[in-house]
Amino acid sequence: MKSLEELKAIRERVQSSINIRNEGGADSTRVVVGMATCGIAAGARPVLAAFVDEVARRKLEHVMVTQTGCIGICRLEPVVEVYVPGQEKVTYVKMTADKVAKIVSDHIVNGKVVAEYTIGAAE
Amino acid sequence: MNELSLHILDIVQNSVAARAKHIEIDVLEDKEKDRLEIRVKDDGAGMTPELLKNVTDPFVTTRTTRKVGLGIPLLKFAAESTGGSFSIESEVGKGTVIDAVFTLSHIDRAPLGNMAETMESLVVTNPEIEFTYKRQVGEKRFMLSTEEMKTVLGGLPISSPEVLMWVKDTVNENEKELNGGA
Ligand SMILES: Nc1ncnc2c1ncn2[C@@H]1O[C@H](COP(=O)(O)OP(=O)(O)OP(=O)(O)O)[C@@H](O)[C@H]1O
Ligand code: FES
Ligand SMILES: [Mg+2]
Repeated sequence: MKSLEELKAIRERVQSSINIRNEGGADSTRVVVGMATCGIAAGARPVLAAFVDEVARRKLEHVMVTQTGCIGICRLEPVVEVYVPGQEKVTYVKMTADKVAKIVSDHIVNGKVVAEYTIGAAE
Repeated sequence: MNELSLHILDIVQNSVAARAKHIEIDVLEDKEKDRLEIRVKDDGAGMTPELLKNVTDPFVTTRTTRKVGLGIPLLKFAAESTGGSFSIESEVGKGTVIDAVFTLSHIDRAPLGNMAETMESLVVTNPEIEFTYKRQVGEKRFMLSTEEMKTVLGGLPISSPEVLMWVKDTVNENEKELNGGA
């Protein structure tokens, strides 16, 4: 059974191996998932979870995954906005967990927007 | 919505929008009474009596981007279509309690679904909010408290990947345990 003891062991292991992460600083990339009712019903939760997993797998320390309410485009949900510091916001639509790895590697890591998943391509 | 855990995620978004600092989620199952109860309590802004009276009507929302609110009417419908019940108490400045009761064995009752992913999503997107998740099946109980977790974690952020993994594993393992298998 998982326990708080185990959490303590995690703290000790993680704290000794890294510096405390600098989350939410001005130099962080933000991934914002629309979590209004329509977003959740359309599948926002597994998309958010896939971003969290992918960011963890690649050990990206300056990426924050957050949520917002309604983005105002129900028929294109799940919607994800990516804010890279110093660049224009990019809106990805009709998201699925399958699309997440490509957005993380191409856009967030290598700076190349995945045009085919954006709102521009869908309209 | 095909999982109760998705309704929970959605109803908690209302508490987050109402700037709650503490949010409690209770999922209580009683096989003998054939009932499953979901309660979400928050200490957010609360609702005026007028809003409260109208909030189960799917044309009421205080959002500005669209004219109808769906979250509360959907949960009410889901509970009532299993022969259950639904109620809300709310007071401005105090907070809100949403209570949905389902008939456990009813064919239209959705499964609880992936509560681990719901808790992970809530913790990662709201690291500053305190969540308490209480799960009960018959006499067996499980509780996850972010306040307790933060005491143990010291300065390590609750949204660290290793901690989120622990949250998911803990919720999943306890769910199995509560349902009799390990
Ligand atoms: N916990 C709460 N605290 C304060 N106000 C609430 C709470 N829950 C709901 N409300 C109020 O009730 C309204 C209707 O809620 P509901 O979840 O049905 O729709 P919504 O949140 O506006 O939109 P949607 O859920 O469809 O994204 C909200 O806009 C808000 O004003
Ligand atoms: S309600 Fe659908 S995008 Fe806002
Ligand atoms: Mg809502």
